[in-house]
Amino acid sequence: MYRNSILALLTVWCLSLFAPVANAQEPDLQAIIQKLATSKNFNQTKAVVAELAATGDASVAGVLNALSEGAVYFRKSDRQVFVVPGRGNTLELFDPLTGEAAGEAGKRELTKVRVNNSLRRSIRDAIGGLTLASEDPTVRLNAANTLAANPDVDALPAIEAALEKETDEAVAMRLRQAQAAATLISDRTLEEKTTAVTVMTSLGNREALAFLTRFEAQAEGELKTLAASGITKIEKSLKLWGMGQNIWYGVSLGSVLLLAAIGLAITFGVMGVINMAHGEMVMLGAYTTYLVQEIIRNAMPELMDWSLLIALPLAFMVSALVGLVLERGVIRFLYGRPLETLLATWGVSLILQQAVRTLFGPSNQEVSNPSWMSGAFEVGLITITWNRLYILIFALCVFAILLWAFNKTSLGLQMRAVTQNRRMASAMGIRTPWVDALTFMLGSGIAGIAGVALSQIDNVSPNLGQSYIIDSFMVVVFGGVGNLWGTLVGALSLGVFNKFLEPYAGAVLAKILVLVFIILFIQKKPRGLFALKGRAIET
Amino acid sequence: MIFTHFLKKGLTWPITLTILVILASAFAVPFLNLYLDTAHPLHIPNHLVGLYGKYLTYALLALALDLVWGYCGILSLGHGAFFALGGYAMGMYLMRQIGPRGVYGDPILPDFMVFLNWQELPWFWYGFDNFWFAALMIVLVPGALAFVFGWFAFRSRVTGVYLSIITQAMTYALLLAFFRNDMGFGGNNGLTDFKDILGYDIQASATRAGLFSASAIALALGVLITAAITSSQFGKLMIAVRDAESRTRFLGYRPEMVKLFAFVVSAIMAGIAGALYVPQVGIINPGEFAPANSIEVVVWTAVGGRGTIIGPIIGALVVNAGKSWFTGAFPEYWLFALGGLFILVTLLLPKGIVGTVRDGWAKLRPAKQPPAQDDQNKTTASKSGSQPQAAE
Repeated sequence: MYRNSILALLTVWCLSLFAPVANAQEPDLQAIIQKLATSKNFNQTKAVVAELAATGDASVAGVLNALSEGAVYFRKSDRQVFVVPGRGNTLELFDPLTGEAAGEAGKRELTKVRVNNSLRRSIRDAIGGLTLASEDPTVRLNAANTLAANPDVDALPAIEAALEKETDEAVAMRLRQAQAAATLISDRTLEEKTTAVTVMTSLGNREALAFLTRFEAQAEGELKTLAASGITKIEKSLKLWGMGQNIWYGVSLGSVLLLAAIGLAITFGVMGVINMAHGEMVMLGAYTTYLVQEIIRNAMPELMDWSLLIALPLAFMVSALVGLVLERGVIRFLYGRPLETLLATWGVSLILQQAVRTLFGPSNQEVSNPSWMSGAFEVGLITITWNRLYILIFALCVFAILLWAFNKTSLGLQMRAVTQNRRMASAMGIRTPWVDALTFMLGSGIAGIAGVALSQIDNVSPNLGQSYIIDSFMVVVFGGVGNLWGTLVGALSLGVFNKFLEPYAGAVLAKILVLVFIILFIQKKPRGLFALKGRAIET
Repeated sequence: MIFTHFLKKGLTWPITLTILVILASAFAVPFLNLYLDTAHPLHIPNHLVGLYGKYLTYALLALALDLVWGYCGILSLGHGAFFALGGYAMGMYLMRQIGPRGVYGDPILPDFMVFLNWQELPWFWYGFDNFWFAALMIVLVPGALAFVFGWFAFRSRVTGVYLSIITQAMTYALLLAFFRNDMGFGGNNGLTDFKDILGYDIQASATRAGLFSASAIALALGVLITAAITSSQFGKLMIAVRDAESRTRFLGYRPEMVKLFAFVVSAIMAGIAGALYVPQVGIINPGEFAPANSIEVVVWTAVGGRGTIIGPIIGALVVNAGKSWFTGAFPEYWLFALGGLFILVTLLLPKGIVGTVRDGWAKLRPAKQPPAQDDQNKTTASKSGSQPQAAE
């Protein structure tokens, strides 16, 4: 509310600065405004407000708004009226019409133009009427929003007049809601109220539900039943929308899990090795993003919007390189001993964490969103933020590329062969150590680009990897190894499952329930959802 | 039956010596602490008694892990959970002992419950004012969790890294659960501000020395039990399960039962270790459930030498003494050292300190050691380092 009015105030001021029309009428307006200084009581002030509103000039909205917020003063010496937004002993003065600075004055030299609640109401109506006629659709939308949230019977004619002229669909919708809400509390005819209830029902948002509930409590007869059925209808649709929002949150969480887990799934599938340092590869990717942004910020700020695209290949390379060193330096000596590999990679993860902590400090680093990734949009009642949407698209792209690489390239063929039967593959002439090294590089590199994406939604700190590693394990063991589709299904279903439990159980309990569910699930299917089928006995 | 057999055959001189050394320290350390003048060169200051006592409980925890990992091939990444559960059971007893001396002075409710506006004691806190009930719970709660968890996991043949990961998930789930205030275990802050144990002031040096002795005796008992189990016929079966689970099954044994037994005994030992740990450090909080803690226990065992009885004890003492020294001298580099230790031990010392030394010893004097008499050697010299590869 407060923010809206400030916004309207600013917009109106800006408009008035650039509107040449205002100049012609300025003497008139100025004269009316000066009457504020001479008014003896609230009624006289009210008359001045009405006079201002009657000019129909949008440029007076600024001073009206300031008046309702108690920011209009006049100078005792010459009875000149100013807008004074600040507080303190020395106050800055602004011209009420143009919004230009008009010098300073001590607190004692000024007198406030006093307002009360009824005056504020009439000011709001006046502004509502004025701004509904504004040229700028955002101003109109703000006005319509205000009216829809605080329905006013007196504003009804103004709303209806504006509605007839309105061309912008979004504004018109809010106006219809404002009209319906105002009609419900007015003493208009039964038919009109019936239409209003229908309009409210068809709008179906939370505000409409609140008004209808309030209306239903004091309505009678036919209207009451109509309102009641409207309420159930809205509640039903809100529930559906809520479910849709949950699914979106779940899918979004799932895409993050997918990004974090998919590299792990590849290395685990091919090499039977759990890479405990996988989370740290993600962290390295995020820190690469941070470094790239730092360099761009200092050297060529105009490339900031491209920073993520530049960081992607670099993060892939950094993590892949670390992965290669890890594989050649540690893991290849431990083949056939998966439990020891787990311990050694845990050691590597500790070292990487501490190294990053020593180099960059333990605190969070700031990674900014490029402009095309910030903000949000709405589909019906579902809010979708751009960065989450891009991450989902990105995760699916990575998945598709990997799927292609797995099925269509010779490396992919070799990887699949090694996954299914290492010794047989080796006997057929595949250089399994090479495949291992390349797989590990690929898996680590994917973790690196996951880090680029996660830097957009999470804190970039040395602990970044730790917060994802257990969830990634869960996705991999749930989805099953050796099959990318398993990871996709595992990640998305765990994400959605988690977000569906959250409203009932709370975030922490939901996570615990998911963990318990996975522990139980593993009992039933020890090799995950999509297990490789084979006749070899394990162990 | 196990014990008569054990007394006849299993009580080898290294085990006897270990037990004697531990028991000797149970008397020596309190003596050096309480009866020597503070200026005396052999005097052990109070804070060191607490520190050594903590190491001993860690050693018992490492020994418990060794029983399942070194002898039965189950790499549990969640043993910290059993340790912490034992600790919480002890912590609850100590909380109830505070009585009306808390900050809020409520005769029954612990401070954090008063703070959270709880009106009455939750049912699961009943009975914890009685030490023997608490002692029962210290054994029962970790044991029951291990039994249920192991029953499901081993019966459905979850093995290898899968098992490691779900044990980690278990401790992680418990970590999250104990962080919740509604659980009734003090949430984030855990249980602390203990006043006395069995009527003795918990801060007094005599009590602390007593707790040290209790830890040492518990460790000695742990060694005795582990040695008895591993040198028995059942111990052989455990090793068979570790080295070739399917073959053992085909021979008509039930590996899941063997594993379940080892897992439950190990969890109980870990719980007792946790219960002795809490009064000596004065606090138990959900941080003890952190998966990282459980993995650290694994490295103690690995450093000392898994599949041996003395190994994990030495490993726990060496690594923790190193940790105390490192975090004092170069706090920045402790994680580098710990990480390096993980890598070096797995790459260069897969049998740990004790295993390597023993192998060297056996090589030096091969003629004097007829293989049939030396059970201990055979178990470690067999392929304890190799886990058959999964999914082949």
